[in-house]
Amino acid sequence: MRDNIIQLIYLVAAVGFGLSLRWMSSAATARRGILAGEIGFVLAIGATLALPGYTNEGYVYIAIALVIGTALGIPLGLRVPMTAMPQRIALSHAFGALAVGAVGIGKFFLYHEVYGKFELAVLGVEILLGGLVFTGSLMAAGKLHEVLPQRPLMFKGQNYANFAILGLCIAIVAYLMFRPQDTWLVLVLAALALAVGVLLIIPIGGADMPTVIALLNSYAGLSASALGLVLNNKLLIVAGALDGTAGLILAIIMCRAMNRSFRNVMFGAFGAVDETAAGGGDASGLGPVRTASPDEAAEIMKMGRSVVIVPGYGMAVAQAQHKVRELADALEAEGVDVKFAIHPVAGRMPGHMNVLLAEANVPYEKLLDMDEINSEFPQVDTVLVLGANDVVNPSARHEKSSPIYGMPILNVDQAQSIFVVKRSMRAGFAGVENELFYNPKTQMVFGDAKSVVGELANEVSGQRDAISL
Amino acid sequence: MSGHLVVNSLSGDVIITGLFVFALAGFLGFEVIRRVPKLLHTPLMALTNALSAISLVASLFILGQNETTYSTVLGFIAVVASTINVVGGFLITDKMLRMFRRSDKPKPAATEGA
Repeated sequence: MRDNIIQLIYLVAAVGFGLSLRWMSSAATARRGILAGEIGFVLAIGATLALPGYTNEGYVYIAIALVIGTALGIPLGLRVPMTAMPQRIALSHAFGALAVGAVGIGKFFLYHEVYGKFELAVLGVEILLGGLVFTGSLMAAGKLHEVLPQRPLMFKGQNYANFAILGLCIAIVAYLMFRPQDTWLVLVLAALALAVGVLLIIPIGGADMPTVIALLNSYAGLSASALGLVLNNKLLIVAGALDGTAGLILAIIMCRAMNRSFRNVMFGAFGAVDETAAGGGDASGLGPVRTASPDEAAEIMKMGRSVVIVPGYGMAVAQAQHKVRELADALEAEGVDVKFAIHPVAGRMPGHMNVLLAEANVPYEKLLDMDEINSEFPQVDTVLVLGANDVVNPSARHEKSSPIYGMPILNVDQAQSIFVVKRSMRAGFAGVENELFYNPKTQMVFGDAKSVVGELANEVSGQRDAISL
Repeated sequence: MSGHLVVNSLSGDVIITGLFVFALAGFLGFEVIRRVPKLLHTPLMALTNALSAISLVASLFILGQNETTYSTVLGFIAVVASTINVVGGFLITDKMLRMFRRSDKPKPAATEGA
């Protein structure tokens, strides 16, 4: 009886989780979604604590662990700046994987004599995924936080080594199905899984991080689902499956936005080639580069009816989002229509640019997705490209030899005039020359994104004051 | 104290039901999450992360059973890690979503003191 009530409460919680994600379909209802998720959580935790089988010390340990977790969770929820969001998300994948991995190993030691082959196999896969996501996410967070080098690190036979270790892991899982009494092998499995996580992320560079973070999200969800299967906990199965599909969908979107496959992202070491390829040898045929000063650019932007701003990782690095908002406000005060064009892989994680601009109080209806805005570019008077490079490179359309060939891009070259804010002429992540910079309609404004945009904003608003006086 | 909890190997029935739940939840997730606009993809990741920290229910149980030192230590690590994700995950999702505003919404009145 008690068991059925607990299962019913889990069911209510699962419905809450479903609604929570359903309400994420619009920014207007999304916060209601959080509430639904939280209610589901409280119910599920309450029901779980009502289960029989706890010892008195157990309750004490639970209380201590909950307090420690809460004490660490609050600053991670409230104190992390929006610019650090990619590494924050990667870190939470690591914690999630650590939790399911630890429970998986614990359950194996407790019940390996009882479990059937199915549970042993699923538990093995769960420990493998948990370990891999734990170190993989830590590596990704380290790279994003720049405590580890962002450049892809390659060595000879890297992929073969990875596959060999993965193969060994799967062999151990299979062996344990038949001889679970060799419990020490679980520790070997966990250690190898941790190593695989490190090895998989070492060759991955910054621009591939959005896809990799999404994939790690997906694996973390799958391992939670696997644990749910073993424990016959349907709530955990549902939550893990929802997390897993979310990660998978995001990873697919990211891959499509780069015209690349998972295999290519995980094993292609994109961006490692540029040392040799980016000699800039083909730049000579592209013509001269024109430059402009911020006040010239401000003048032209102010004259037109519309400005589209294209942010990229450079805006995040320079933390220029607040200055960008000032510029947009100043232009709008002049009667210029301002919109933002967001490429799906701009930045280091899905939705990165949207969060940064939302933080700077840019209203979200001004943030337009690539598909929404691409047809509008021919009518746009001025485009301001801010720290974006490969996502606006027209050679992706026709240069078959280019590593970014076939990647959907923002059609900024169709606008009337284009300003590109950039530190130098250095190539983008893919190491390819950008034709856009040599377009006769393009003018380069060299400098740090934050200070250039600040100057632009001052020019636009300052001159207005002069006129109104 | 822990003797009264009997764990048995799962029956074929239970396994199949579990796989059904997994498959259907996967479909549900696909259909629901597809509708989330790209605008909200970062909060979506933060939210699904918080939700999947429901593995806390498993961690709580293994810790509370306090059966062997091994399982208790692992359970403790798991409870701490998933609590971080639950608390931090919900807070950060809310913090992000609060930033997404429409422009036509009137700005909070500045006339009220402070």
